[in-house]
Order: sequence, then C-alpha cells, then structure tokens
Amino acid sequence: MDLVTPEIGLIFWTTLSFLVLLFLLRKFAWKPILNSVNTREQSIKDALAAAEAAKREMENLTADNERILKEARAERETMLKEAREMKSQMIADAEEEAKAKAEKMISSAQAAIETEKKAAIAELKAQVASLSVDIAEKVVKSELSDKDKQLKLVADLLDGATLK
Amino acid sequence: MKTTTFNLLKSLLSGVFFLWVAFAAYASPDAESKESIKEEEFEASELIFHHIKDSHGFHVAGDFSIALPVILWTDNGLVTFMSSEFHHDNDGEVVVEKNGMKFVNLHEKIYQLEAGASSVSLDHEHHPTNAHRPLDFSITKNVFSMLLSLVVMLLLFSTAARSYKKSQNHMPSGFGRFVEPVIVFVRDEIAIPNIGEHHYKRYMPFLLTLFFFIWLNNIFGLIPFFPFSANLSGNIAFTGTLALITLLITWFSSKKSYWKHMVWMPGLPVPMKLFLAPIELMGMFIKPIALMIRLFANITAGHVVVLSLISLIFVLKTAWAGTVSVPFAVFISVIEVLVVAIQAYIFTMLSALYFGQALEEEH
Repeated sequence: MDLVTPEIGLIFWTTLSFLVLLFLLRKFAWKPILNSVNTREQSIKDALAAAEAAKREMENLTADNERILKEARAERETMLKEAREMKSQMIADAEEEAKAKAEKMISSAQAAIETEKKAAIAELKAQVASLSVDIAEKVVKSELSDKDKQLKLVADLLDGATLK
Repeated sequence: MKTTTFNLLKSLLSGVFFLWVAFAAYASPDAESKESIKEEEFEASELIFHHIKDSHGFHVAGDFSIALPVILWTDNGLVTFMSSEFHHDNDGEVVVEKNGMKFVNLHEKIYQLEAGASSVSLDHEHHPTNAHRPLDFSITKNVFSMLLSLVVMLLLFSTAARSYKKSQNHMPSGFGRFVEPVIVFVRDEIAIPNIGEHHYKRYMPFLLTLFFFIWLNNIFGLIPFFPFSANLSGNIAFTGTLALITLLITWFSSKKSYWKHMVWMPGLPVPMKLFLAPIELMGMFIKPIALMIRLFANITAGHVVVLSLISLIFVLKTAWAGTVSVPFAVFISVIEVLVVAIQAYIFTMLSALYFGQALEEEH
C-alpha cells in the first residue's frame, strides 16, 4: 500500500523542480533551439524555392530561345519562298512582255507590209494606167487608121491584164 | 551517433550489473551474519521494496551511505537535520531529539513521537500508536535524484542551445546535434499531429521538458549505482504530479467545445446525452490517472523484474543461479532501455493528445 500512496514531500519537490525546469529551459534552451531549427528550415525551404524558381526561369529562357529560333527559321523559309515566287513571277512577266512586244512588232510589220502592198498596188495601178495610156497613145498614134482593130486590141489588152 | 550511445549504455549497463552482483555477493555474508539473529530466511520482497521505495539517505555500497537533509514541517515550525542522525536505522529505534520534539525513522518514514513518549510502540500491524507524521519535505533519495536530473538537464540543454548560438548558420554542434533529432521528433511526431499547426508552438516547451524530464529520470533509475538508481519515475507521487500538471494545462487551454462535448454531447438523442455525460466526466479524470499509473507501473515493474532475477541467486542460495539470472537480468535491462524511452514518449504523446482535444473548435 505504501507503494501507491503519494508522499507530499515528493509531490512538492516534483512540482517545484518541474516548474523551475520548464521556466528555465523554455527561456534558455527550447526557445533558442526551436528558433534556430525553424530559421534553418525556413532558409532551406527558401533556398529550395529559389532554386526551383531559377530552374523554371531557365526553362522559360530555353523555351524562349527555341521559340525565337523556330520563328527565325520560319521567317527565312517564307522569305525564300517569296523570293522564289518573285523570281518566277518576274520571269513570267518578262516572257509575257516579250511575247506581247513581239506580237506587236509582228502585227505592225504586217500592217506595214499591207500598207506597202496597197501602195505598190496603187502605184502599179497608176503605172498600169499610165502605161495603158502610153500604149493607148502609141496605138492611137500608130494605128489610128484601123479604128476597129485598135479598139478591139485595147479591149483585149485590158482583158488580158488581170489585176492582183 | 545514437547506436554508439546505445552500445555504450548497453555495455555500461551489463558491466555494472556484473559488478553489482559481485558487490552483492561480497556483501551478503556480512549482511547475513548480522541478520541471522533476527531472520534466517532471505526476504526477496523486502529487498525489492527497499530498492524501489524512497529513502532518507543514499545507500552507496556496503555500510557506506550518503546522508541527506531531513526537512520537516511540524506543529512547532520547521525542523531540519541530516539523515545520518538516525544512524542507518529505519526500525524506529533511534530517537532524534530536535527543538524538544522526538523523531524516529520507521521504514523510511519519519514519525514524530507524541509528547512524553520516549520510544515508538507499534500495534500488531506495525503501525505506530504513539506517533504521527509531520509534513515531510526532506531531500530524499528520489528528490536528490530529481535535483540531479534538473542540474544535468539545465547543463545539457543550455550547452545545446549555446552550440546553436555559436554557429553562423544555425547548425548545432556537439550535444546539440544529438538532441536536435529528438526535439524535431517531439515537434513533428508528437506536437503537430496531436495539437495542430496553429497552437502547437505554445505547448512545445512543456512537451519537451516533460519528455526529457521523464526520459532522463527513467534512465537514471536504470543505472544501478550512486548517484543514480533512485526509482523516481516509478514513484506514484512523481508520475501523479506530472499527470496533474497535464490535467491542469488541459483545463486551462480548453475551449467551449471541449466542455460541451463532455456534458452535452451534440448530435445524439437526449437519453444518450444523459448517459454519456457522467462517462465523459469520469474520463476526464481517468485520462491523467491512466497516465500516472502507466508510467509508475511500467518503471516499477522493470525494477521489480530485474531485482527479482538478481534475488534468485540468494533465494536459491547458489552462485550458479547467477549464470541464468544475470544474463536474463541484463537482457531485461536492455529491454528497459527501450521501455523507458517509449514510456517517456507515450506520456508526452498522450499529454499532447489531450491538449489537442481540449483545443478542438466547434465543427
């Protein structure tokens, strides 16, 4: 029974010791230790977060670089394409122009030829007329005696000259 | 670090046990010849109870013991003297006279003789009939051990705290490196899960002090030589006081919801509420009582088992019994090293749990 009967003296000393210990250790041990541990853990957490942020930034940078590179490549591609198109366009244009010019030249040459031809024909006609008049004059001069015969001859001559 | 300490402790303990057995064997013929007049038989239970109970004066070895101060609060005021004045007597035979009052030490309890009596007279149950107990605030073996643990704790933890202050990056060194995992364990495994992130900080000093106080005194109790070996944490007054402090803190930190759940459990039909209220109210007191008994019984039981095994040698009256009982006692002691840490953990963990329950808000 003694074993489970608490003694007042020990209760008193336990209370006193425990409270003194609690007070002193709280002030001189637990507070500084816990503060240090917390500060350290916080700094570790912060450092980890900073590293994570740096990593993310790095990733962003790399992604940006890649994007810019890709854009540049695409731009080059479009530029080349445009140049190629322009080249073919220019060639086509030049061909078209040359063709048009040639056609124009041909048509103007044809027109000139036609005009010349007409002029030649007209001249020919005039010459033929004058020749005919000369012939007629000569015929008239030399062969006015034979009036019927002459007339018949004129008619034959005229018929014989087919115009072209 | 931990394993080396453990190994050191283990080898220390086993070595000490062999030494102790040797001492006991050496001392026993002497004690036997002295006691042979009174008692022929070796009383194992008497030896065990003598060891696990408190005493005035600290027995070191053989006939050598350290005197401790006796402090008594009597009807006529404070009386102090050294326990050596009893001359190792605890059968009430040596009478110490101070300030006109007579005191005897009867089974490590100080009795004040009634006026006129010159020696203590006992009834058939060995209770004194002509003496009463004054309020005894003596520095007993247990109190001595507790004060020692107090000094040790102050030294160790202030050293640990200083090692943090000295370093630039809040890294501990020396003893601080050993205690930090334990402190972080108390914080992360005991305080935060049971009390919660919001409130735990307020309870950390109490929980840490409680944990290390119990643990250190448990360890002191395991070391079987002066100035340790006192069975302080196996004393009901010690465990009861700590449990009472836990109860008081629970009450002081309690919220309305704690009492509401106690006397008028919400969400239940009225007959059930009436039925639960007395149970819950009893539970409020049973919890600290369980704390008290758990620590007391575990530590006392450990001491009793080890002492019983050692006593086997004297009960069987052959040294050969030691070949079995000593290794077994060492084995139990090693288990006790584990048990004392677990008991300190359980006491602290349950205290934190009760605080957490008291702090619970309405949900």
